[in-house]
Order: sequence, then structure tokens, then C-alpha cells
Amino acid sequence: MAKTALVVDDSTTMREMVSYSLKEAGFDTLTAGDGQQALDVLQGKSVDLIISDLNMPVMDGITFIKQARQRDELKGVPILMLTTESQAGMKEQGKAAGATGWLVKPFNPEMLLKVIAKVVP
Amino acid sequence: MTFMAEFRDAFFEESAEHVAAVEQGLLALDSGAADSEQMNAIFRAAHSVKGLAATLGFPEIAAFTHDMESVLDRLRSGTLAVTPKLGQLLLRANDTLKALLAAAQAGQGSEVDTAEVTGELRAALGAPTTEAETVVAPQSTPAAGAPRTYAIRLLPKRQLFASGQDPMLIVRELTELGHDVSVVCDTTRLPAIDALDPDLCHLIWVVKVTTTASRDEIANVFLFAEDECEHSVRDVTDDPSRAGVAAHAPPLKTPGSDGKPVAAEAASIRVPTDKIDALVDLVGELVISQAMVNQIASDFDMGRLGELQEALASLDRSTRDLQERVMSVRMLPVATVFNRFPRLVRDVSNTLGKKVRLEMQGAETELDKGMIERIGDPLTHLVRNAIDHGLETPADRIAAGKGDTGTVTLRAAHEGGSVVIDVADDGRGLNTKRIREKAEANGLIRPDEVLSDDEINALIFAPGFSTAAQVSDLSGRGVGMDVVKRNVEGMSGSVTLTSTEGKGSRVRIRLPLTLAILDGLIVSVGGASYVLPLLSVVESLRPTPRDVRNILGSGEVLVLRGESLPFVRLHAVFGHDVAITEPSRGIIVIAETDGRRFGLLVDDVLGQQQVVIKNLEANYRKLDGVMGATILGDGRVSLICDVQELFRWTTTRREAAEQLLAAVSTSGEEFA
Repeated sequence: MAKTALVVDDSTTMREMVSYSLKEAGFDTLTAGDGQQALDVLQGKSVDLIISDLNMPVMDGITFIKQARQRDELKGVPILMLTTESQAGMKEQGKAAGATGWLVKPFNPEMLLKVIAKVVP
Repeated sequence: MTFMAEFRDAFFEESAEHVAAVEQGLLALDSGAADSEQMNAIFRAAHSVKGLAATLGFPEIAAFTHDMESVLDRLRSGTLAVTPKLGQLLLRANDTLKALLAAAQAGQGSEVDTAEVTGELRAALGAPTTEAETVVAPQSTPAAGAPRTYAIRLLPKRQLFASGQDPMLIVRELTELGHDVSVVCDTTRLPAIDALDPDLCHLIWVVKVTTTASRDEIANVFLFAEDECEHSVRDVTDDPSRAGVAAHAPPLKTPGSDGKPVAAEAASIRVPTDKIDALVDLVGELVISQAMVNQIASDFDMGRLGELQEALASLDRSTRDLQERVMSVRMLPVATVFNRFPRLVRDVSNTLGKKVRLEMQGAETELDKGMIERIGDPLTHLVRNAIDHGLETPADRIAAGKGDTGTVTLRAAHEGGSVVIDVADDGRGLNTKRIREKAEANGLIRPDEVLSDDEINALIFAPGFSTAAQVSDLSGRGVGMDVVKRNVEGMSGSVTLTSTEGKGSRVRIRLPLTLAILDGLIVSVGGASYVLPLLSVVESLRPTPRDVRNILGSGEVLVLRGESLPFVRLHAVFGHDVAITEPSRGIIVIAETDGRRFGLLVDDVLGQQQVVIKNLEANYRKLDGVMGATILGDGRVSLICDVQELFRWTTTRREAAEQLLAAVSTSGEEFA
């Protein structure tokens, strides 16, 4: 069965680019435009990977990761943050919130797959 | 590069939205109405453009946006104060970004000069910042030299799983670093089964691998797990016990990025998923209805007529729904156009020294994408005009007993089957007397011509008419009111103007909901059917023989409630030999175009119907008096009349007659 990934980003294009790369890698993808939407999408669903932007409206990525980790079914799911080099300090905050790793923008599909291999069996 | 090509269009589309959002946000900031969430939104928009541009390989845009973002970040965090000057700078920067995007979209590289704005942005930050770190090169430093053997011990914290880590993946990555791999699992931390918490990690691993990888590369494997998994690396190359050989983990398959076709440069449209879902549902219903009809038809007798009618009714309903929904896919809110106006109004009013408040209503009204793209310029001209010519200076307004701030209102709304967009101002209104003088001077009307105020005001739409007392900085941009009118009429729309002297004026643009479908009146002429756009039809009637007169100089006219209207015989226009030529035996349809009414003689009126417009020029060639064709329910092709052109048919004939008249110098004789 194909693995499912959730992509959370307020930028539609970024969301589509990450989803596209994931689909190429054989994932089914779900998307959400902010943390709250992501929590709603995850309601009653299990996923194999979550990739989330940090700076988003309504609910930011750090809050989302913290809340996701509160849910039993999401405790062990790998969560990657989408960060940029200029967001120093965000990695630490994200890790503290429960993120598994990070993906640095600008990303390319090859890089994404390398990082995913680190966290998804 | 396929990945880029795939998302190029989406990037430009989304970036345009972000640029618009930044502009709106900055304007709100300017008026002091921005809160921290809005500040955040502006930052996010710039941040998104930067991330996308860098990912899609537009380093110039990414670098430029980086500077914008830095300033916005400082504003957001409050370490930089919002000043009008800084607001202006950011607006200029946003304009530059817009230009950069446009140039990139057009495929032109470094046409846009960013140096000045970049310099000012960096100056605003207080220090000359170094070049933006936009493109991060993957750090792959191949370690040369002879392979070494390492023993790597993984000691995960018990809470490792809580952060989504999988120690086996780390082990696997280590084994893939080289060859002669052995993995030993240490289970000494493992508690008894009844005390075991499966959410915790109790195992310890030792991986031995012979590799050319450097210690940094090994450390890199633990990149995400630095805090959750202690590890030690010991060089055991010279250790005699290194000969442990274990099975190689299967190599990770690298999914191939098979060459996707390069996305065409076609215009794209973003459709909300719920609209598509609704379409899929409807198609499902349509298929069911069709199956019902088929089933009844395969075994039909008159006893099942009722059933058939019911099934057909449901088919009809589904088809109509589907048509509406498919059309709605092309619909965009007029907000996409309206959003440019706060900035425009601000700039224009600053230049002219007028105080203007812009009110926008009904921005959520939806309009066909094609029209959204074409309505921008006419509206811009109208808004500019309203401020330039319509609104008075603050001093004049106070003298006229009004507040010093003028109001320009943009309003969009659905009205019947069309969309109405008003551009209104509460300024001085049109000076009918001056318009008349000007029109006479320009030879548009004769001094003795009797015209109502509305008819005179409508003259500002005539080609070559300009009312500006002096050529201001803003007028004379090459788009006159006549072009506005032509643009709108090119979309099968109409423009009307109402004005009250001293109170203001309002230009109303009426547009069909879509360019693809038209509400038509089906008429028959000489056995063929024609479609008249319902939007231009006022009424239809059967005249008595006394209503139709022949006036020298005006040709045939219909006298309707005391008014003489010219009329056109459609059978003559389209060359039908066998048709009703006696008006009192046929029907005259009264149509209106450019605020003038005229009659069209047809044999009969068959009914009203929505028709799909097919372009005749693309399939055949341009025909006079015809705007397109359609296929009616019975499968026959029917021409759609261009009412505006048909009206010219009456005037050209009249003008020809007038010339004749002038030649024989008789006037106004009436023939019964």
C-alpha cells in the first residue's frame, strides 16, 4: 500500500511542488494550508509522513507540531519542517516541539527524497 | 528542467497574489490600520515569493525579495519603526518585485534595475548587508583516501520514537556508507516483557562499516537525531577483530524522475476543489439520467410516456446544472481587479492634491476570467477620470458645501443575467453645457440638433472627445472614454452614464456573465431563424399600417408612442426573397444600442433561449451584422445578429439620404 504524506504550507505552489515530488516518490499526498487545517485533515487519518512549513496564518508550524504530538496516532510519525537558512533558531524550536527533522528551502526533488529516506522506512 | 516547467505558471500566478497582498497590506499600514497579524501576513507573502523563486531557479527575484523580507521582518518584530517614508520605499520595492516577476515571466533576464531600491532597503536595515544567501549548494565534499573501518555505537534516548525517529533508518544509512558491514544489537537495556513500554526505545546498536566517508559524513547521518541519539565513532581499521561480515541492507531504490512533458505556456486557472467535486457529482447524475432514458427507449411503448418525460426532465435539469457549474469554473471574483484601486486612488489623489476616499462594494461578485482580464484597463481609466475630472479640489468642495474628502465608489453586483459594475463619484458632475459646446465645436452634433441632457452627456463616449479644460498630468494617456466604451462593447457589454450637476456622476458598465453563452431572442425571417441578444431587446410589437411611415431623409420609420424610430428590414439585410415585407403582417423588435432605439422587422418571434456562441470568424469569415452563430435545439445553425452593426445599417442609409437631401435642398417633407 502506498504511503501517505501530509504537506502543510500556506503557499499553494510550494504545497504542489512538495506534493509533486512526493508523488514521484510513490506517496499519496494530502495537503493543508495552515496548522489548523492540517489538524482537521488528520482527524481520524493516519499518515506516514508530515512535511510542514513554519510561518503560516491561523496556526503556525511550531504550534501545529506540538499539537500533533499530543495525538496518540501521530506520536511516532516523522514530521519534517520546511525552513529557510535565514530562519536560524527555528530548527531548535521545531525540534523542541517534536519535529523529526527539517527540509531547507530552496529544496529540489532529489534533496527532498534524500531527507525523506532519513525518516521514512 | 521538468520540475521547473511544471510549476512555472503556478509560481507566477501565486506570486502575483502575494504582490497584491503586500501592496494591500502596505496601504493598510500607511493608513495606520494594520495590526500585527497584517504585518505578519505581509511578511509571509514576501517570504513565500522568496522561497518559491529560490526553489524554481529565479535567483534574482529571490535575492531581491530577501532584502524586502529582511526589512519586513524587522518591522514585524518591532525593531524597525513604521514611517511613511519606509512605507513608500516598500511600495516601490513591491513595484520592482512586480516588474521582476513580469520580466521573468516574459523570459527576459536582468532587464529590471534593482540596485537603487535594494540599496535603500539595505540602508533602511542600518547596515550594508552582504549578498543574500539564496542558493545553498549541497555540501558534498567527497572524501578521498583509503577506506577506514569504523565502529559506530548508537545509544538512543528512550524517548527517541516521540520525535518520529526510526533508529533502523539510521542504522541502514550507516550500512550504506560502505562495505564489509556488521550490525550488532545490544539488548541489555531491554526490560522484562511485563514492564516493557513499546513507545520507548530500549535497544543499542553497534555498526561496523568500512568506508571512505569522512567523520563529518558519518556525523551527518545523525543530523536529525543529534539530541535524541548519542553516538560514538571509533576508528577500528587496525583492529584485528574487524572481519565481521553481515548481510548488506538492500540498497534504497531511487525513484526515477521520468521526463514529464513540459507544461505548455497556456493560461491556467486555479479552481477550488469543491467546484470540481460538484462537477464530478453532476456528471454522475447526468450519467444516471442518460442511462434511465436509454433504458426506457430500449423498451418503449406509449404507456411509458410519463416515465420518459420524467427522465428527460431530469436529464434537462442535470445538463443545465452542469452548464452552470462548468461556467462557474471560469468565474473569478472582481476583487482581483478591484484590489489594484486602493493604490491607484492613493497615487492619483496625491498627484492631484485631492482628498479621496475609495469605497468598494460587491468585490466578491464573480465574473468570467476573460472579462476580468479585459475590464481592468477600462475601470482604471474610469476611476482615474472620476478623480481627475469628477472630484473637486478640497477648497472647491468646501465652497460647494461638501466635505473636503471626495468619495469614489466601485460597486459590482449581479443584476438579472448580467453583472453591473458602477464607478461613481460625488464630485461636480458633468457640465452638460460645456459638453454640448465642445461637441458642436468638434462637429459631433449640429448646433440646431435637439438632444436631451443624457444624450449630450453620452457624447463624451464619442471618438475624439475630451473634456479636460487643460491637459492634466493624468489625462491624455491614450485611452479615451470612447476606448472604454469600445472595450466594454467588445465584451458584449454596455456603458451608460448618469450625472447630476453638483452631485456627482456614475458610469455603469453592464456585462454578460460569460462570453460563451448568451440569452437570445429567436426570430424567424424567410424560413431561417436568427438570434437577437436579449440584452439589447426592449420590446416587440406588430405595428398597424399607420404606424409605419416613410420619411424623406430618414427612410422608413416606425412611429411608436409619438416617437419616430428608424427600422431595418432583416430580410433585406440577409437577402431573403421569401419573407414578410409588409411590416403590419410581421413583427418589429425594438432594440437599443448606444442609448438609441431602432426597429428590426422580422417574420415572427419564436421564443427566448440561451445559446452557445460559436465564433464565425474562426470557422468561416466575418459577416456584416453578425457576431457569431449557434446551433439550435433542432440542430440547425442560426446566426446571431450584431445589433450595434445593424443600427449602423440605419444610419448609413440615413446619411446617404441626407446627402441626397442636401443636394436637392429640400427638407423635412413627410410622406404618408
